[in-house]
Amino acid sequence: MVSLLSRIGRVALDQIAGMGRLFLFLVAAVFQAFRPPAKIHLIIYHIKTIGVDSLSVVVLSGFFTGMVMGFQGYYSLRKFNAESWLGSATALGLLRELGPVLSAFMVTGRTGSAMAAELGTMRATEQIDALYSMAINPIKYLVSPRIIASLIAMPLLTAIFNVIGIFGSYVVGVGILGVSSGSFFSGMENSVVFHDVYSGVVKSVCFGLIITWICCYKGFNAPPMATGVSQATTESVVLSFVLILVWDYFLTSIML
Amino acid sequence: MIRVANLHKSFHAQKVLNGVNIEFATGKITTIVGTSGCGKTVLLKHLNALLLPDKGEVFVDSVDITTLGQRDLYQIRGKFGVLFQGAALLDSMTVFDNVAFPLREKTKMSESAINKKVPERLEQVGLGEMGHKFPAELSGGMKKRAGLARALIMDPEIVLFDEPTTGLDPVLATSIHQLIARTHADFGFTGIVVSHTIPQVFDISDYVAMLANGVVEEVTPPEIFRASQNPIVQQFIQGKTEGPIQVL
Ligand SMILES: Nc1ncnc2c1ncn2[C@@H]1O[C@H](COP(=O)(O)OP(=O)(O)O)[C@@H](O)[C@H]1O
Ligand SMILES: [Mg+2]
Repeated sequence: MVSLLSRIGRVALDQIAGMGRLFLFLVAAVFQAFRPPAKIHLIIYHIKTIGVDSLSVVVLSGFFTGMVMGFQGYYSLRKFNAESWLGSATALGLLRELGPVLSAFMVTGRTGSAMAAELGTMRATEQIDALYSMAINPIKYLVSPRIIASLIAMPLLTAIFNVIGIFGSYVVGVGILGVSSGSFFSGMENSVVFHDVYSGVVKSVCFGLIITWICCYKGFNAPPMATGVSQATTESVVLSFVLILVWDYFLTSIML
Repeated sequence: MIRVANLHKSFHAQKVLNGVNIEFATGKITTIVGTSGCGKTVLLKHLNALLLPDKGEVFVDSVDITTLGQRDLYQIRGKFGVLFQGAALLDSMTVFDNVAFPLREKTKMSESAINKKVPERLEQVGLGEMGHKFPAELSGGMKKRAGLARALIMDPEIVLFDEPTTGLDPVLATSIHQLIARTHADFGFTGIVVSHTIPQVFDISDYVAMLANGVVEEVTPPEIFRASQNPIVQQFIQGKTEGPIQVL
């Protein structure tokens, strides 16, 4: 009984210590991001890799999501004879919710996992130790630029996802199901307000932070062996997905 | 001078270092030998505080580096050049950029001066034509030599070599040893070499230390080391499985 209690206690303490390390990692990365000299060339490089790597999956998934929303929205709205609101329904759904969340999922799968694997390999092959030994802070050199880059790239990718998604819904709604083009766009224009766009942007920035934070942390602290890298990659993707959904709930509830 | 006093280090339940005491003489080359997995790399990583001990002290120029804060640590690490076991070149950049990296990050040296100095050093390690290649395109021996050029580029006072010749053919191993001896003659650094390549590595060593069962057994000049009556040393030199060294 006592040993069971002590085991539960140890697991709980380990978990709390782990969360503390995770949080301190973010604090260190943000602190280093503001310390000169700024690594502008690295930031630009990572914006390029995050953006370009994920662009094709974001475009593809955005288009199909939009088309599905076209069909589903049409089906639901027709029950109230409100097919003309299809544009508005799609745009609100994408801008506020599906755009940020789904593009964050895509970026996690495409770029986040690659980040975890890359940093994990650098840990296993002693490249991170090499940076320390050259008196270069690896968090400033490896993590901070990726975090800043994701804060910039993520809203842009989300915006692309939204535009392509609306286009997909237009193709289905107007092209296939015969909603009038004019009502598709006028409905959108009448119902979408700035706050909808703004809340989507806030979400995408937060998700970008979550993805790079978690994936860099897991990679950076991967056990130094091949299985450690694969484990870090899997864990980073799963934890990012969960945190994105949890955080999405909180943001939605405060920004409704 | 570097002095290690009563150093203890465990990973989880595994005791790796169990009270290591050793001094490394300034300007000399000391070689650490010991079986694979006995903790040589772990000991080396304590010398520039890449790892922190559970117990014990490491003095570099009479400063106990185990108690330093981040800022002082970075300064102390600047005295060291390190050749890692797998070379640890940054694989996102070319060999040239790898060797130039400490200069670009840590000094205000102009690009034109870098463009003069780096090819010189690459030439020294026999990689004159390889500057534009990425680490993944190099053989193991070439990586080691590139790592050596990077370790020496800042003209450090102390250089740590982690198995510079393991996995290389005998000819290449000798050429690396000569390279270490030559650069040592040129720069006069304090060298600490971890190696299995015995007896060849004795030729470049001023002292040899034996790490076994978590402690340093013997620190002597190589001639005396070879003739040592210590059963641990004899077992290691003759490569026997029977004896006081616990083989896993
Ligand atoms: N970061 C680490 N985490 C857990 N165990 C480690 C770590 N580094 C080394 N070890 C363990 O310490 C022991 C000594 O390792 P090492 O110093 O690399 O041996 P070697 O003498 O061959 O260089 C090994 O059993 C290794 O598994
Ligand atoms: Mg080793």
